[in-house]
Amino acid sequence: MGERMTPAEIVGELEDGMTIGIGGWGSRRKPMALVREIYRSRLKDLTIVSCGGPDVGLLCAAGKVRRLIAPFVTLDSIALEPHFRAARQAGVIEFTEYDEGMFMFGLLAAAHRLPFLPTRAGLGSDVLTVNKDLRTVRSPYPGPGQEDGLDDGEEVVAMPALTLDAALVHMDVADTRGNGRYLGADPYLDDLFAKAAARTYLSAERLTAPGEVGGPPQALLISRMHVAGVTDTPGGAHFTGHGAAGERDEAFQRHYAESAADPGKWKSFADRFLGAGEAAYQREVRRWHEERA
Amino acid sequence: MSDTSASGPSAATHSTPATHSTPATRAEVCVAACAEAWRGDGEILAAAMGTCSVLGARLARLTFEPGLLTTDGGALLTAAPIPLGAGPGKIEGWLPFREHLWLVQNGRRHVMMGASQIDGYGNTNISVIGDWAKPKSQLLGMRGAPGNTICNPVSYWIPRHSPRVFVGKVDLVSGVGYDRARELGPDTSRFHGLRRVITNLGVLDFATPDGRMRLVSVHPGVTVNEVVNATGFELVIEGEVPTTPAPSTEELRLIREELDPKSLRDTEVAS
Repeated sequence: MGERMTPAEIVGELEDGMTIGIGGWGSRRKPMALVREIYRSRLKDLTIVSCGGPDVGLLCAAGKVRRLIAPFVTLDSIALEPHFRAARQAGVIEFTEYDEGMFMFGLLAAAHRLPFLPTRAGLGSDVLTVNKDLRTVRSPYPGPGQEDGLDDGEEVVAMPALTLDAALVHMDVADTRGNGRYLGADPYLDDLFAKAAARTYLSAERLTAPGEVGGPPQALLISRMHVAGVTDTPGGAHFTGHGAAGERDEAFQRHYAESAADPGKWKSFADRFLGAGEAAYQREVRRWHEERA
Repeated sequence: MSDTSASGPSAATHSTPATHSTPATRAEVCVAACAEAWRGDGEILAAAMGTCSVLGARLARLTFEPGLLTTDGGALLTAAPIPLGAGPGKIEGWLPFREHLWLVQNGRRHVMMGASQIDGYGNTNISVIGDWAKPKSQLLGMRGAPGNTICNPVSYWIPRHSPRVFVGKVDLVSGVGYDRARELGPDTSRFHGLRRVITNLGVLDFATPDGRMRLVSVHPGVTVNEVVNATGFELVIEGEVPTTPAPSTEELRLIREELDPKSLRDTEVAS
C-alpha cells in the first residue's frame, strides 16, 4: 500500500546507481513533478528505462543518466528531444536501444518474473548488432518449414526482462492508498512499469479518499499492491499531456525545446523554472503564460 | 465484417463545387499514390505516419478499400475516416499503444512509415546519422521499425526524395530490407514484405528478382532523370516508366473537401 509522501520524500528513497522506470510515452503523461525533483536532487549514475520524452531530456541535462534503455526519445509534436540528442552526440550516456515491441516484452517479462520473452522483433535489424548482449533462442517446437526437410524450430529474439528497482508513474486520479486511474484513451505501459519494479511511486493530478477514485473499473490501472508511495501533484505531468482534460502545453513545450537547444537560453530556463521546488515551477509557468497573453 | 457501405464523413455541404475541378497538385498526386499502397489489403489496420500517408489511408478506405481500419491519430479506431486534425467522432474500436504493439505481432496491419535513410534493398534508418556509438546526429531511435518490418507488410512515405535520404548504405538498419530478410531464410522472414515507397517524385517498389528497388512511376511533371539524380544508388528501371495516375475528380473532392479542408498536405509537399 502506498504511503502518502511529498515528491522530495519519494526522491529521498531513491539511490545512486538505481534502475528507474518512468511511465508515460514520449511527451504524454510523464511524472514530471517527480522528474523535476530528481533534476534538483543529488542522485547520480541512474539507469533510466523509458519510452522517452522530456523526462529523459531533463535527466540528461542534469547529468543524472549513466545509461538509458529506450525504444525512442521524442516530444511527439516536436520530433527530436534536444537534451537527449546532445547527450548522445557528446557520447556522455550509454544507450541500450530496443524496438518498441521488444521494450514492452522486456517489461512484460520482468512483470511476470520471467528471464526473457521470445519475439520476432529485432531479427534482421541492427538491434542485434548494437546490443552485443542480446541473444536469440531456437523454439523447441517444429517450425513452419517442415516441408523443406528441416525440423529446426524457429529462431527468435530472447528479449531480456527489464527489471526495475523503482518505477515512477503519473495518474489523473489516485486514492491515498495508491490505487490509480487514468482518464485519457491510452494507459501506455504504466501498469507494466509498476509490476516490473520492486517498488512504484505514483503521482496524481488529484488524490481522493480510498474507494472514491470513481470511473469504470477497467480504468483503475495501478493497484496499491505495487505502490510504495503516492503523492498529490496537481499539474505534475506538465508540460506533457495527460487525461481528457489535460492537453499537452504545446506553447510551453516549444519554449522548453528552443531553450534546450541553446546552452545560454537553457541556463535562463533552468534558473527560472527548475531552480526552486514544484510550487515555484507551477507559479512561473502561470506567469510565463500571462506574460505572453 | 466488411462494411461496404462505409461512406465516411457524410458531410460536407458542397458549396464550392469548383474547387475539385482544378488539376491535382503534387501533394494530391502523392495522397492518391499513398492510398494505392493499401489496395487489396481488405480488413486490416492501415497505420500511417506523415500527412500524405495518413490522408492516403483514409482516402483508400473512403473509396476502393472500405474494409480498412483507420485511427484518429491516437488510440481510437474511428467509425469512419475523419478529416485531418478533427476529433475522432464515432468510434468502433480501441487501439492504445500496447494493443498496437500486439497487433504488429498478430500481423493484421500494413504500416506506411517514414525513413531518414533508405537503401536499394529497402533497409531504413530512423535512429542515428553517423557512428551509432557516438552519432553525428541522434534521431528518434529505432521506434517500432524492427518489429514492423519483420512482422507486417510495410510501405514508406518519403516527402523529400534526395540523395541524402536514398543512400547506398544506411548508417544503421532499423527497418529490415530484402537483402537482410533473405539472409534470415524463408521461415524467419515469411512475414517480411516491403510493398511500396512513395515519394514527392514518384512511386517505387521491390518487384525485382533480388528485391532491389524499382521505379514504378514518376509523378506528372517529373522526369525519370530527376528521380535518378535524387537517388544515391542504382534504381531498377524497366523500359518506359509510366506517369503516376492523377486522382479522379471524386478523389480530389474527398481530399479537398472532406479529408483535408485546411490543405495541411501542402505544408508537407509544395506544389
